[in-house]
Amino acid sequence: MQSRFELRCRDCGKDWGNQPRSACEDCFAPLEVFYDFDSFRGLTRQTIEQGPQNMWRYAELLPLPEGFKSDLPVGFTPLIPASRLASELGGGQIFLKNDAVCLPTLSFKDRVVAVALAQARHFGFEVVSCSSTGNLANAVAAQAARSGLKAYVFIPADLEPAKILGTQIYGAQIVPVAGNYDQVNRLCSQIADRHHWGFVNVNLRPYYAEGSKTVAFEIAEQLGWRLPDNVVVPMAGGSLITKMKKGFRELVELGLVPGKQVRFFGAQATGCSPISTAVKSGSEEIQPQKPRTIARSLAIGNPADGHYAAKGILASGGWAEDASDSEIVEGIELLASTEGIFTETAGGVTVGTAKKLYRQGRIPRNETTVLCITGNGLKTLDALAGEYQVSAAIQPRLADFEACLDELTFNVAGAIA
Amino acid sequence: MNVQVLIPTPLRRHTAGVDQIRCAASDLNELLAALESNFPDLKPHLRDESGRVRRFLNIYVNDEDIRFLGADAYRFQEGDEVMLVPSIAGGGR
Repeated sequence: MQSRFELRCRDCGKDWGNQPRSACEDCFAPLEVFYDFDSFRGLTRQTIEQGPQNMWRYAELLPLPEGFKSDLPVGFTPLIPASRLASELGGGQIFLKNDAVCLPTLSFKDRVVAVALAQARHFGFEVVSCSSTGNLANAVAAQAARSGLKAYVFIPADLEPAKILGTQIYGAQIVPVAGNYDQVNRLCSQIADRHHWGFVNVNLRPYYAEGSKTVAFEIAEQLGWRLPDNVVVPMAGGSLITKMKKGFRELVELGLVPGKQVRFFGAQATGCSPISTAVKSGSEEIQPQKPRTIARSLAIGNPADGHYAAKGILASGGWAEDASDSEIVEGIELLASTEGIFTETAGGVTVGTAKKLYRQGRIPRNETTVLCITGNGLKTLDALAGEYQVSAAIQPRLADFEACLDELTFNVAGAIA
Repeated sequence: MNVQVLIPTPLRRHTAGVDQIRCAASDLNELLAALESNFPDLKPHLRDESGRVRRFLNIYVNDEDIRFLGADAYRFQEGDEVMLVPSIAGGGR
């Protein structure tokens, strides 16, 4: 290995060096970053803890160009004990990994984009791009602006308005496509063939995906350098859950945490559940679906890493489930009302699915379980349209307030009765 | 049926640079056989050792994933346009 890391085919093992390339030309399987583990021998818990309070404390475990330095504080989001949510779900020790507050754009996608753009600059791209269900669009647009790169972002035309505006504000060029994410993604793979652009989730995908490992690194460190018993992870393309597994494995291989079998539980929306459907039938083979769900950030019917996600879940002793649109909204409301965290629809999927998994007895109640909350509720307000009413305005007089309070109390009591 | 097949960039090194070809085929199996007979080097890249279409190679007929049309059971119509698209490939230059 000439570098500290290089790309290798996940299926046939062919080496591809370091270049902007996502798939093996021989068998089309995804390429993955492999590391020379001998180069990590100096890495200790202490050296990591002395690093910056963001994901760059794990820079050595990421595929970053030689000499790369970033002053953008991405990641190291809170890991929060969630006892009130745990009581609702029936017990156990639950932690929330809260990437609803990941900087700079309030989703875990900031992590993957940070790594992808480091390589985009290294490979000399002047334009970066992506196909996106929204959060990735925001992250690419924001970080491209800060890096002085031009960004083209391809989205399904029916995306939530907040995610479109939250991309345009950074000066990125949005290209809405009349189709679903899978059609947008297919178009992008053709564009990437023709234009010399750095598509973060196409030709830069192997590097990009490694950024997801930082979620796993942080969970382990924040638990006091130990691994949880279970994690519940939302799945769209299936990359996050696959890379979290890789992240935990690397920490064990480097002796940074004691070895342990972590059970991986995948969460999908029922209206787009190709991976959970495969897992529930005991299969690693993915049958594509046409998405119909309010969880648009997870609406990928033909998930690129679905096969590896299903395989990893089954091998870990975990399981997968899915949540209907109403269960997603209930999940969002449950998290907000018990823990004060407002997540987007993907987080509703995670909470709704976790609830189901506890009820089914799939997650043991006496164990440590981490729920991955990957995005922020302010981006998907339309999913809650009509859920809450605001009463008519009162006059700024105490008597009016007291009358109003009686009515509110009555209404609440009536609702409870 | 005559079917127009578009060959993606990563496969063109096995087709001497040919980027599209007209084939006569009634279903997917016949189409793959026709492609393999025109371009013998292509065969191991289209199917795995057990003869199944490679997991990460998606096949579209007139913009629709052939798995939504019945996969192996789909009967081609005259003039169908078939695209071979590796699921996440693109831009390896």
